[in-house]
Amino acid sequence: MNQGTEAKAMTPEANTLPKEHYLNAGYGWKSWLLTTDHKRIAILYLVSISVMFVLGGLYAALIRWNLLVPDGSHMSAETYNRVFTAHGVIMIFFFLIPSIPVTLGNFLIPLMIGARDLAFPRINLLSWYVYVIGAAFTLYSLFSGGLDTGWTFYTPYSTVFAQSNVAFAAIGIFIAGFSSILTGLNFIVTIHTMRAPGMTWFRLPLFVWAHYATAIIQILGTPVVAITILLVALERLFHFGFFDPARGGDPILFQHLFWFYSHPAVYIMILPSMGVISELITCFSRKRIFGYSFIAMSSMAIAVIGFLIWAHHMFVSGMSVYSAMIFSALTYLVAIPSAVKVFNWTATMFRGSISWETPMMYVFGFIGLFLIGGLTGLFLGNLGTDVHLTDTYFVVAHFHYIMVGGAIMGYLGGIHFWWPKIFGRTYSEWWGRISAVLIFVGFNMTFLPQFLLGYLGMPRRYHAYPEEFQVLNVLSTAGALILGIGYLFPSLYLVYSMVKGEPAGNNPWGARGLEWETTSPPPAHNFERTPVVEDEAYAYDKAPREAFGV
Amino acid sequence: MNQAFPLLPEQASAQAGEVDALFFFIVAVTVFFTIGISLVILFFAVKYRRRSDEDRPREIHGSLWLELVWTIIPLGIVILMFAWGSKVFFQMNRPPDDAMNVSVVGKRWMWKVQQPTGQREINELHVPVGRAVKLTITSEDVIHSFFVPAFRIKKDAVPGRYNVAWFRATKVGTYHLFCAEYCGTEHSKMIGRVVVMEPEDYQTWLAGGPPPESPVVAGEQLFTELNCITCHRPDSAGRGPVLNGIFGRGVKLASGDTVVADEAYVHESILNPATKVVAGYQPVMPTYQGLVTEEQLIALIAYIKSLQIPSGETVPVPEEAE
Repeated sequence: MNQGTEAKAMTPEANTLPKEHYLNAGYGWKSWLLTTDHKRIAILYLVSISVMFVLGGLYAALIRWNLLVPDGSHMSAETYNRVFTAHGVIMIFFFLIPSIPVTLGNFLIPLMIGARDLAFPRINLLSWYVYVIGAAFTLYSLFSGGLDTGWTFYTPYSTVFAQSNVAFAAIGIFIAGFSSILTGLNFIVTIHTMRAPGMTWFRLPLFVWAHYATAIIQILGTPVVAITILLVALERLFHFGFFDPARGGDPILFQHLFWFYSHPAVYIMILPSMGVISELITCFSRKRIFGYSFIAMSSMAIAVIGFLIWAHHMFVSGMSVYSAMIFSALTYLVAIPSAVKVFNWTATMFRGSISWETPMMYVFGFIGLFLIGGLTGLFLGNLGTDVHLTDTYFVVAHFHYIMVGGAIMGYLGGIHFWWPKIFGRTYSEWWGRISAVLIFVGFNMTFLPQFLLGYLGMPRRYHAYPEEFQVLNVLSTAGALILGIGYLFPSLYLVYSMVKGEPAGNNPWGARGLEWETTSPPPAHNFERTPVVEDEAYAYDKAPREAFGV
Repeated sequence: MNQAFPLLPEQASAQAGEVDALFFFIVAVTVFFTIGISLVILFFAVKYRRRSDEDRPREIHGSLWLELVWTIIPLGIVILMFAWGSKVFFQMNRPPDDAMNVSVVGKRWMWKVQQPTGQREINELHVPVGRAVKLTITSEDVIHSFFVPAFRIKKDAVPGRYNVAWFRATKVGTYHLFCAEYCGTEHSKMIGRVVVMEPEDYQTWLAGGPPPESPVVAGEQLFTELNCITCHRPDSAGRGPVLNGIFGRGVKLASGDTVVADEAYVHESILNPATKVVAGYQPVMPTYQGLVTEEQLIALIAYIKSLQIPSGETVPVPEEAE
């Protein structure tokens, strides 16, 4: 490869796949299930979380179908409660929390820092098995008796009153937590110890910084939720009195412990996505990132402050007015680093050379939806308005804007950006753009009406509702249908491209970064010789360097 | 309330207008930034679109000045929001002294309400317009949440705790009462209505039912029926502490701590007497868990609240709370 790499996609000169790469380095189930190659483990994860996403999506479809009618006649209340619980548990613990780190992070972090693998390749494989075992436990619970506590497991409902399979699900989530801890640990050690010569901390791609911040949350926060969930299981099975007031426990204690992890968990979902956006927006603007160190440090600020705001989920639980004020103030503080990121991304586009390819469409979508998601957080961090809005559809809409509008748009943008690197083949640009637009439109149609529903006072987790809320609910369901179709297309054209796509070449986007200096797909050991880094990240003013992979 | 397709919730309490003013201020900020930034992005995306693959834009590294501007301006805006929100929240948590007391018990899946004069209601709450109403909210089983959208109030009903909320209804009418905290199978059926009436109509309504028993009288009866009276005698000769005048004051515990004898403490001491034993007494009181309902507990507490110090006697136990 030479300096003309970036023109490859446009020139008639055909690209070819490299003769040897990680995908053909071995065949048979053993070469996959016993692999320690971070790239293959990323694929194992990609398959697993995609299965979970489809499952969680089907549950979402059932929710929207039920809410078409106000009287809840489409399914029984027992069923509906199990459906929305399954949707939440699957999507949060088994799709959103792992999503970007275990797939793109796993695949790209060693490539981006010029390493041959993660620091602990076998622990990396172990984390996947742990994830699968945890998922198996939880799915068993969901399919045998079901779980009707909501993904939040609030006590004493979950520990004393629920007539469903709580203990099994809790154990599954407890197990899956270790997968997350192992991944975080692996990333931190890898980023500290395995950077290529010249790859200083402030030359790291912002994707790596975002994953570093995420990994800190994973290893500090996950043990707390693991313990909490274990206490729930113990109280349920052996009647310990941790949370049940009838046994001298405190149900509010559970909420503190639960949100101490589960609020930072939102940042586990969104920070990696923000990292993806920094990579994409520079490539498709052909610009260095504006304010590199401000974006890097804002990730760290989010990780740290994010640990101090959990009780804003509990403003109406009866906490003291003064502690509510402290948590509200800290919540507002965490809005600032997110705002700083958005402003810097916008400024990055200034006087750039902007192309509207599929990944960039997701960037536009991400910023639009994340803006709404982030700004509607201002209503919920506010003591005055939160009282009315909490536990209504306003909250449901807000966190879907963050988690689906933010995290999943970033995830899909990243998948489309690095797809040619991961599988060495390109997909249909036309279908890519159409789907991105469909997802954006469908998403807004689904969740904008829910802000109104919440402000009007419709509580969340309602199987039936007063008739005046029906029009907005029907609108929301119609949007969900479009959103579902939008998600269906990528699964079709991406799978098609794996088999029939054109070879992509090493660097189809003309991007900077070490991952583009090796072949697509990369060889099993990533680079033929250890790369040496001479530039800051995103050196788009310089010509792309010669590839190391060939 | 049964408009076919409302876009804004009804305002029927003194707080509703204040919450809405704050709400629309935040809406304005949200809309301004969402549209503003989106337009800038679209403008850049079109104006600086790639015209040739040879485009190689000049690099810009950043600007400390701009970073400061877009850190400090949002910071100022959120500080304003925080202060405004805290002010509204303070009001919500400070029931006026002249408020009438209504007790609310959540139970899967109904709301049980008792008027200050003793009338009981299920899934309904009748109140006079213009009068401040203080709700003391608890739960018999799991956590529920008392939510009246038209009043913009919501407070969790937590078992073992007494949470307080208040409102002053400003408009006669019927409004939704929802349970906002997921509480199991029939969560969405745990709904009712708040009926706001003219004061005269309210008085007529009160007089309409069977003659009620005031909570204090009911509590006194229970106090005897459950044999509380055997140990908690007014003359300090019983095996348990004297309860006269104890409510709202500091109590010295066997552990050396001091606790204020409020609703939650009395509640806990009836159900889990061994947890916080008063200094100088043996932990001999049996638990009344399962023997008294939450409503009976409320009556007992009302009775204990009503007990005054008999004249000419000093109470041996209470110490002033700090």
